[in-house]
Amino acid sequence: MSEDLSGIPTDELIQNMHDDLYDGVVDGVAAGTNELLRRGLTPSEVMNQALVGGMDIVGVDFRDGILFVPEVLMAAKAMKSGMEILRPLLANTGAEQIGTMIIGTVKGDIHDIGKNLVAMMMEGAGFKVVNLGINCDADKFLEAYREHQPEILGMSALLTTTMPYMDTVIKRFKEEGLRDKVIVLVGGAPLNAAFAEEIEADAYCRDAAVAVETAKKLIAIRRGH
Amino acid sequence: MLADGAMGTMLFQAGLQYGDAPETWNVTHPDAVRTIQRQYIQAGSNIVLTNTFGGTRFRLAMHNLQSRVTEFNQAAVALLRAEVEASGRDDVLVAGDIGPSGEILQPLGQLSFEDAVAGFEEQARALVAAGADVIWIETMSSLDEVRAAFAGARRASADIPIITTLSFDTHGRTMMGVTPEQALQAMTELGAAGVGANCGNGTDELFAAVQRMLATGPSVPIVAKSNAGMPRLVAGKAHYDATPAEMAEYALSVRAEGASIIGACCGSSPAHIAAMAEALRANPAGLAAKPRSEPAPAETAHAATAATDERAARRAARQARESSSAR
Repeated sequence: MSEDLSGIPTDELIQNMHDDLYDGVVDGVAAGTNELLRRGLTPSEVMNQALVGGMDIVGVDFRDGILFVPEVLMAAKAMKSGMEILRPLLANTGAEQIGTMIIGTVKGDIHDIGKNLVAMMMEGAGFKVVNLGINCDADKFLEAYREHQPEILGMSALLTTTMPYMDTVIKRFKEEGLRDKVIVLVGGAPLNAAFAEEIEADAYCRDAAVAVETAKKLIAIRRGH
Repeated sequence: MLADGAMGTMLFQAGLQYGDAPETWNVTHPDAVRTIQRQYIQAGSNIVLTNTFGGTRFRLAMHNLQSRVTEFNQAAVALLRAEVEASGRDDVLVAGDIGPSGEILQPLGQLSFEDAVAGFEEQARALVAAGADVIWIETMSSLDEVRAAFAGARRASADIPIITTLSFDTHGRTMMGVTPEQALQAMTELGAAGVGANCGNGTDELFAAVQRMLATGPSVPIVAKSNAGMPRLVAGKAHYDATPAEMAEYALSVRAEGASIIGACCGSSPAHIAAMAEALRANPAGLAAKPRSEPAPAETAHAATAATDERAARRAARQARESSSAR
C-alpha cells in the first residue's frame, strides 16, 4: 500500500524523501517527486531540494564509514527513479546544468566498480555523467571531451602499474591545448594527493563522496561563484 | 603455516604488460610463473597459490578470453604441481586461487547469484581436475559473492578444503561493508577450512581485522595475508613501503595473536617471505613481537548516530500513520 502524500506538508515530504533516498526506497522517491511537481515546485527545485539534498547526506555518511557501497548503490537507484521523471522536464526548462563529467578507467586497467560508484554519486549530485568504461586510452578521453564539452574529466586506476597512464592523458590534453578547459579529478586505491600533484591533475579524490564535493567546489570557483 | 607472497607484482617485474591477463602467462610464459613459485617454495612457503586470481569467465571476458577458463586454470595447477614435485618437499600444498568476479551481484548489480556460482564452478572444476590440494578464495568484499564462489567450489568437489579471505580495506570493513566478525561467522557456517583477511591497506589494518576475528574465539584456522605496505609512486614506478624486516615483524605479531596461516600479498616478494620464514623459525611460537593494541570492540551492523535514530523515529511515525489510515 503506498503512502497518501497529499496531506503531508512540503518540508516534511522533502524530509521523507531524504529518508527514502538514505534507505533506498525507490518507490517513495518517485512518488515524492511526482507529488512535489504536482504542488508546483519547478523540476530544478525538486532536484536540488529533495534529491541532491538527500544524496548529500548519503555522501557524507559514506565518506565517514557509516554507509558502505551496497547502501550507496540502493540510494543511487532511488535517486535515479526521481531523475527519470525530472530529466525530460529539466531539458525543457533549459535550467542551468550543474555540470557534465566524462569518466573512465585508464588504459591497461579493467577495474570499474569504484569508477562506477563515482559516476553514480555524481549523477546523484545532479551532474550529467558520460561513463567511458574501462581501459580508456588518451584518444578516447579526447574524443569524449570534444563531443560532450564536460567541465570535469575523471580518471580512475586501481593498479600502481596503470596509474602513470593518467599522466599520459593529461600531457595529451596539454598538447591539444585543452588542459586548461577542464577540471581533472583522479582517484583509485593506489593514488594519493602527491601523485595528483605530480601529474598536475586538479585534485585527488579519496572516494566517491569526496569526488562530488571536489567537483562542485572546483566548478563553483571556475564559474566565479 | 606459511603461505606465499605476491604473484601479480612479480609477474609485472618479469615483464607482464599492463592490461594483459596474468593467467595467459600460464600458457605463454610457463617458466616465468614457475620461477616465481620456485622462489616462494625455496623461501619457505607451505602453501603456494596458482596463478589464477582472475581465472573466472568474468575476469577473462574483459580480455575476450572467456573460452579459455579451463585451459588456463589446468595449466596453472600443472605448473605449480611440477614445481612442488621438483622441490622434493612433501609439505607444500597447491592452492587453486580464485579471486573476485569484478561484478556486483543482484539486486545491487547485474550478476545473478546462479550465474556467479556457475562461473566460479567452472574455474573450480578445472583447478580440482588438475589436482589442486585446496581451493583458495581471496580478496572478496561481498558475502554473497563469497557464498557463490564457495558453492561453485563445493559443486566442483564435495570434499576439497576451501579457504576464504576477504579484503578489509574500508573503515575496517570490506568495500561492501562486511565486518571481520560477520565474515568469520558466515564463512564458518559455510564450512570453510580457514578464514581470514588478505590484501588491504598494509599490515596495521590487516592486523586489526585478524585480531577482531580472533577475539571471537574462532573454531577455524585464521589466515593473515597482508600487502607489503601501501604503494607509493617513485620515479613513475610503484614502490611498496614495507621491507622484508617489517613483514617479518608483522608475521610474528599475527602469529602471537593466534593466526595460523600467514603470508603476504601485493608488493611482497620471495625476499619478504624468506624474512618472514626466518623470523617465525627463529622465534618460538607464542612469543609476541612488540605488543600491539587491544582489539577494537565489535561493531553493530551499522554505526549508530543521532541522525540514524532520528531517521528511524520518522520512519516509524510514517508507518504508524499509514497503518492507521489503512484501517
